[in-house]
Amino acid sequence: MTTETNPAVQFTPERLVKAQEIIARYPAGKQKSALLPLLHLLQEQEGWTSPEGMDYVARMLDIQPIEVYEVATFYTMYHINPVGKHVIEYCRTGPCCLMGGEEVYDHLKQRLGIDTGQTTVDGQFTLKEVECLAACGMGPVFQVREKYYMHLTNERVDEIIDELSK
Amino acid sequence: MIDLRLLSRTTIYMEDVKPQLLKVTIDGIEVEVEPGTTILQAARKIGPEVAPPAMCYYQPLKASGGKCRACLVRVAAGSAKDPRPMPKLVASCLTAVQDGMIVENTTNPQVIDARNGIVEFLLLNHPLDCPVCDQAGECDLQNFAFDHGKVTTRYEEERRTFEKQDIGPYIQLHMTRCILCYRCVFTADQITNKRVHGVLGRGDASEIGTYIEKAIDNDFSGNVIDVCPVGALTDKTYRFKNRVWFSKPVDAHRDCPTCSGNVTLWYRGEDVIRVTARKNEWNEVTEFICNTCRFEKKKTSDWTIEGPTKISRSSVISANKYRADTVKPAFGQRLAAAEYKAIHDERDTSQLGIQQLAPERFAKVLPSALDPEP
Amino acid sequence: MATKILTEHINVPGIETFDVYRKQGGYTAVEKALKTMTPEAIVEEVKKAGVRGRGGAGFPMGMKWSFLAKPEGVPRYLVCNADESEPGTFKDHYLMKNIPHLLIEGMIVSSFALGANKSFIYVRGELMYVINILEKAIAEAKAKGFLGKNILGTGYDLELVVQPGGGAYICGEETALLESLEGKRGNPRNKPPFPAVKGLYQSPTVVNNVESIATAAWIVNNGGDAYAAVGIGRSTGTKLISASGHIRKPGVYEIELGLPVEDFLYADEWCGGIRPGHKFKALVAGGSSVPILPANLALTLANGEKRLMSYESLSDGGFATGTMLGSGGFIVFDETSCIVRNTWNFSRFYHHESCGQCSPCREGTGWMEKVLHRIEYGHGHQQDIDLLVDVAKKIEGNTICPLGDAAAWPVASAIRHFRDEFQWHIDNPSEATKPGAVYKGEMALV
Ligand SMILES: Cc1cc2nc3c(=O)[nH]c(=O)nc-3n(C[C@H](O)[C@H](O)[C@H](O)COP(=O)(O)O)c2cc1C
Ligand code: SF4
Ligand code: SF4
Ligand code: SF4
Ligand code: FES
Ligand code: FES
Repeated sequence: MTTETNPAVQFTPERLVKAQEIIARYPAGKQKSALLPLLHLLQEQEGWTSPEGMDYVARMLDIQPIEVYEVATFYTMYHINPVGKHVIEYCRTGPCCLMGGEEVYDHLKQRLGIDTGQTTVDGQFTLKEVECLAACGMGPVFQVREKYYMHLTNERVDEIIDELSK
Repeated sequence: MIDLRLLSRTTIYMEDVKPQLLKVTIDGIEVEVEPGTTILQAARKIGPEVAPPAMCYYQPLKASGGKCRACLVRVAAGSAKDPRPMPKLVASCLTAVQDGMIVENTTNPQVIDARNGIVEFLLLNHPLDCPVCDQAGECDLQNFAFDHGKVTTRYEEERRTFEKQDIGPYIQLHMTRCILCYRCVFTADQITNKRVHGVLGRGDASEIGTYIEKAIDNDFSGNVIDVCPVGALTDKTYRFKNRVWFSKPVDAHRDCPTCSGNVTLWYRGEDVIRVTARKNEWNEVTEFICNTCRFEKKKTSDWTIEGPTKISRSSVISANKYRADTVKPAFGQRLAAAEYKAIHDERDTSQLGIQQLAPERFAKVLPSALDPEP
Repeated sequence: MATKILTEHINVPGIETFDVYRKQGGYTAVEKALKTMTPEAIVEEVKKAGVRGRGGAGFPMGMKWSFLAKPEGVPRYLVCNADESEPGTFKDHYLMKNIPHLLIEGMIVSSFALGANKSFIYVRGELMYVINILEKAIAEAKAKGFLGKNILGTGYDLELVVQPGGGAYICGEETALLESLEGKRGNPRNKPPFPAVKGLYQSPTVVNNVESIATAAWIVNNGGDAYAAVGIGRSTGTKLISASGHIRKPGVYEIELGLPVEDFLYADEWCGGIRPGHKFKALVAGGSSVPILPANLALTLANGEKRLMSYESLSDGGFATGTMLGSGGFIVFDETSCIVRNTWNFSRFYHHESCGQCSPCREGTGWMEKVLHRIEYGHGHQQDIDLLVDVAKKIEGNTICPLGDAAAWPVASAIRHFRDEFQWHIDNPSEATKPGAVYKGEMALV
């Protein structure tokens, strides 16, 4: 276990309670199972999974920091770099493209003035390309945090961006 | 020198109660092994001609194997009880033998085909620059490619490349050469108390790294260099960027408070240019050594010399692969054509203090060994 | 009216709440199972039902359950696979979101049958809102005494944990899922040992799909024979089909297995036909991993008989003229779709989702994607088609897990049935790369 502590990142008291609940749901000695949920919790709080945050999670689970880095870089949901306020994750997979996804996403990029992987200069939006979101019949689809936006059209995209920009 | 692995096997044989032995036939050769033995180990028991190549499996490391798929073989009969063939090729490094199992390795065209495929896959994103690679001459991938690769590549896309990176004062990582065998990760997990490097990212974007800059430092970290089958992890203290075939390995030991102190010293002339753990004929470390022995004891006076090292079969130094009389014809032709150039060494050889083997033996593989002006 | 085993009550307002679900006959299976049945008897009913795993592989669920090792003093686990990430598949999402208690009821009776006291539902992390729905439903069920300690006074304890994934298709593969559940990278394990012997935390484990587990409640209530009476041959029961692509009515449908593909595609009760003004070109019948079929082969077998929505009929003809039911992701392509582009798209998916552990898949998926990309963007070479076939062949069967096969099949099958279209791209790069350009040569449109 690492000894250096970085007080900069710490769960809020409510999240700390939540984190402890999560850790407690696994059998004794299997607390590493809490890693993915705790990284979600970290990201919810910090906006991304910062190295300091990951080290904090490692200490909490009594594992090596590298075990956290290995996991965070494997899964696509974790932002290992800082992101904008709203991360728009649009589905680029076949069925969504059949429903006109490519045009809609082009419009989305134009509207925001950024390409995939970029963040708008005002820090409001980050665009991320993801694979099938299990909503193929309702495509094209994107997700912002927990919310799914489905049956996207250019007009609908504009409305959503307007809404989120408020 | 007594191979420790053989020693332990002998003791098993000497036990009063012999375990029920299993009979397995590999490429038509029958061998008897203890229950729990894998196909790969059984094949190794027969000998190098029959042993499948292994790029990720490493006997001393728990959980190793299964990843590179170089060792795939066909099981033509599962066991005496159930002689049906297995539907797919299996990883011989992980598949336990059954009594009456019949295995096809080099005698099966499907296996050879799959293996050629594996070489091609492993080389897709691999720099084809053995001439400037420290590992050349003792590289498992180079050997594997010699045996199974084609000269030309069908891959014309851009290759994945990485910058060389120092991880601590002793070890250099050149990720471009890594084949993601995970051996170094298992080593760090199993013989050091704190792993700081691992596999990051996913798919063909996976890489070995520390994520945030960290030095790998603990008493046994240097062993990752020895287990690495390619030139991805190398010894920064290797004093002359030397060609392994110009150096002379000698077994030596010292009284070391941390490890066994049993090592191989690599000499060039009078100088110890590097220290490594001893390896068995399968290129596997027999005893892991500490960093002090490896990185800091580079004077002959630090050591008690035992005598010349018995050269591992997979090293070019053994000349096994390169002597005309042992080389398979097709392979020899390929060597004579393109690939000789590939491992052609560009250094000036006139300064060689010692030539442990007569240069004629390298005439084919390395014209510069004879001709100082390449 | 066709039999509805899973979705009969799905449109009842408020069905996501415990009370409404209970009013519709919910949780009677838990009462029946825990109070009147032995675990062995439940396994026996599931075996009789002949229900096959709905996650893609179609392995008989009862048989899987009976393989579970039962060493003394070692906990056993049931893990529900709700990672649903196979392109074209969105049925588990639909089921969990709309009627979460059905899955929970299934989890309780299944866990009881397997002797598990702690069971997990591994949900893909993107579906965080569904995770919240499930957690709420679990809390309700617990408050009503259907979960927790001493359920309904029977002495049986069960705790359900909903685990989020982190965004990785490969975690749908059962051993990768277990690794992920242990807090690791989603690297599939080498098998054997199988999860039934060494699964979660090295303990005996059963992994089943959401839809599979959800059937358990109905089977307990109605008996295995009643379930087996639905469907056709060895394809018993009903199947949720996720329909997407160029059809009038995309969505999730519960069908009796054995329904003709043609009826499913054209009848108003289901897909409602190809979108107006267009023709049927190709079908991916069971999620992106299964071989693509041209329209004529999708509707009829090679011998001219109607093709049915069943495990056997869809795979009739092997890979030469058949495909697989897979996860039931029914993706329909009309004549405006470019097969090359779609193949590249799917190939990119597998490249992106390969865990990278074994060399054929790690390197081969990227290679195929790059070659397909080149062809699609007008830089293909004559030898590229054969190259793709060869690379696919060198991946298939040589990897640790079936993702390698899943990456190889779409490519191999697209070339098998639409080779001319690939050739056209290579021969006519300037034409083929015009916006919206599609191969118009000879092919069977329906
Ligand atoms: C790459 C890959 C992805 C898979 N994804 C899923 C999935 O998302 N959901 C699922 O239930 N099964 C998936 N499977 C199948 C599982 O490995 C496993 O067979 C299944 O969960 C068993 O449940 P069943 O027998 O009820 O179908 C996948 C398999 C592979 C190889
Ligand atoms: S790692 Fe081996 S194959 Fe690769 S360049 Fe070095 S010597 Fe050659
Ligand atoms: S660095 Fe070497 S030992 Fe480590 S994974 Fe790569 S090839 Fe294997
Ligand atoms: S086949 Fe692909 S996904 Fe499966 S273990 Fe190998 S690299 Fe990973
Ligand atoms: S393809 Fe976009 S949600 Fe499935
Ligand atoms: S040595 Fe067997 S798979 Fe690598």
